[in-house]
Amino acid sequence: MAISGKEREAFEKKLEAYVGLDIGVEDHSRNPINAAMIRQWCEAMGDENPIYLDSEVASGSAHGGIVAPPAMLQAWILGGVAMAAGEDDPADKQRELHRLFDAHGFTGVVATNTEQEYLRYLQPGDTVRARTVIESISEQKATGLGIGYFINTRSVFKDQNDDEVGSLTFRVLKFEGAEVPAEASGDSGEGSPAGPPQRIKPALAHDNAWWWDVIETGELPIQRCAECGVLRHPPRPMCGECQSTDWDFIRSTGEGEVVSFVVIHYPEVPGYTYPLVVAVVELSEGERFVGNVVDVDPGDVSIGMAVQASIELVDDELKLPVFRPVSV
Amino acid sequence: MPTTLKNEAAIVGIGETEYSKNSGRSELALASEAVAAAIRDAGLSPSDIDGMTTFTMDTSDEIEVARAVGIKDLTFFSRVPHGGGAAIGVMHQAVMAVATGSAKAVVVYRALNGRSGARYSEGVSGGPTTSDLIHWSWYMPSGLMTPASWVAMFTQRYMHLTGCTSADLAEICLAQREHAVKNPRAFFYERPLTFEEHQSARPIVEPLRLYDCCQETDGGAACVVVSPEWAKDLPNKPAVIRAVAQGAAGNQESMTSFYRPEIAEIPSMDIVARQCWEISGLRPDDIDCAVIYDAFSSIVLWQLESFGFCKKGEARDFIQDGALRLGGRLPTNTHGGQLSEAYIHGMNGVNEGVRLIRGTSTSQPEKNEHVVVTAGVGIPTSAMILGQS
Repeated sequence: MAISGKEREAFEKKLEAYVGLDIGVEDHSRNPINAAMIRQWCEAMGDENPIYLDSEVASGSAHGGIVAPPAMLQAWILGGVAMAAGEDDPADKQRELHRLFDAHGFTGVVATNTEQEYLRYLQPGDTVRARTVIESISEQKATGLGIGYFINTRSVFKDQNDDEVGSLTFRVLKFEGAEVPAEASGDSGEGSPAGPPQRIKPALAHDNAWWWDVIETGELPIQRCAECGVLRHPPRPMCGECQSTDWDFIRSTGEGEVVSFVVIHYPEVPGYTYPLVVAVVELSEGERFVGNVVDVDPGDVSIGMAVQASIELVDDELKLPVFRPVSV
Repeated sequence: MPTTLKNEAAIVGIGETEYSKNSGRSELALASEAVAAAIRDAGLSPSDIDGMTTFTMDTSDEIEVARAVGIKDLTFFSRVPHGGGAAIGVMHQAVMAVATGSAKAVVVYRALNGRSGARYSEGVSGGPTTSDLIHWSWYMPSGLMTPASWVAMFTQRYMHLTGCTSADLAEICLAQREHAVKNPRAFFYERPLTFEEHQSARPIVEPLRLYDCCQETDGGAACVVVSPEWAKDLPNKPAVIRAVAQGAAGNQESMTSFYRPEIAEIPSMDIVARQCWEISGLRPDDIDCAVIYDAFSSIVLWQLESFGFCKKGEARDFIQDGALRLGGRLPTNTHGGQLSEAYIHGMNGVNEGVRLIRGTSTSQPEKNEHVVVTAGVGIPTSAMILGQS
């Protein structure tokens, strides 16, 4: 449960003290901007722009030589292995703020968005350093991940001549209820979700949570009116035929037929693999379900195709009914 | 038999902001500008307005807009749910208010930063836990979470049953683009589209391709509704509302009514169309042109069938030979529609309907005695018939 009343008031008072603070530690590039690191970054990102890679082409360009991709700005100051190990600088006010959140139960952290502004291209030989200010902390928000607070920071990057070269705003959500992930956030302050992205979880409430509990056991349940025996899906609290609120469920055989289907290409949401086939399937019991059709080329899916459901893990955590074509 | 909303009200003013991809200002600013423009166009002043209505999805409160624009005392305010299905539902509210005397002059508005702000194409994946989120929870885990994905599910089934193809959908997109090319408000003003471009565009959610999907737009649109008697004293030619109706058919879900015996149709619009004919006493043959809600190209076909312009499953035949273009049987979405003018949740379509009656569309058909204007489908929906005074 989220803290409330006087405790919350006192906590939020403490948070206020951090707004506007410089975090007290300066990040700087360990090495000057250099061609080797630019090349590795471009290889990793698949960027083949010759002004980053080919000194001959670049020297004929407006830049007069190789420049660093602007999007590398933050990469130059990241803390490397020390950061991955989660070693904190005790002087870092941002780390202190995160620990304050942790101590009040807001142990989860996720980076939500960043915006960057670039004032000039960095060139080999330049050095950069950044100072970060905690710009704002939101009021308490209810989010899909849980109750939490958004922290906005702004980092200003300067070169060896003390001229500003760019800036970066970063927003993280500190939220309640999640296990503490291995926080990879280092001195630049970004949070990082643990592990690969997962599918969007269903929101659970009184009328639907039981269905997901049964799915967890590997069965595909269909709600049934305990009074008149009519099946219904998705679950709802009353039978539309006889208005009874008593219900139980049956276990579906999972045999079905495709009523319609789509092949999703855009947008690509993290946690899903595209192109993604989603179908409306009519089960032999007569009720319809929506789910993915897997182990089939999207071009081979058709309306009327016979499919068989099975309950499977679709990522590290979530079980769903998925459908496979029945070979005939 | 609902007959009392025939000729009880008229649209006397329309207004809008520019339509863009980045308005650079708040949704409240857009709403206020559109409302003020509509009141000006009506020849009224803000203090004449005593009723306001908008979408539940609009972020600009009636009272905030009223304060910004200088509208004074209100005797009627309301909102209609279900996204674009509300587009004519809000007109229904305005007509009922004027017909019953609950208000004398109602301003209807919708404004959104649909491109630079929250984008509908990004789907329904986030947000606090609400009953809405419980509903989407039956679909999000499998990846079905955008309007394109929901509409594509119905489209695939419709194509399977009727033989309709992507080439048929292209004709809707091309006809509307032809109109948008002449409309300076339109995003695609002076930017034609070819059949080959439509067919080679990337798939968004098969069977829908890029140009089958509407735009995302920043902008606002508004109109003013008063009694036909008052309308006679105002400067613009009124668009008299011959009929207006809402409908939600049984077994309706928001965008995912996959549980009806047949899903290649939109029974909610059937209900709305039936009421429109009953109230107005008109028939499909009496309609000269139309503004048909087009969040996606395929949904235009189903609405042509709901209104009886053709038989069920035969809309692909109806639209051949340029029926939707100028000079065709039913010039449709003469502003370019939401595919090619702007996506203002159907409110820009209301304004185009009024222009068609006034005779001021940038693609003006010769005959304009009666115009059908519809709202979004796949959800509880609405429509109206406009006529000359």
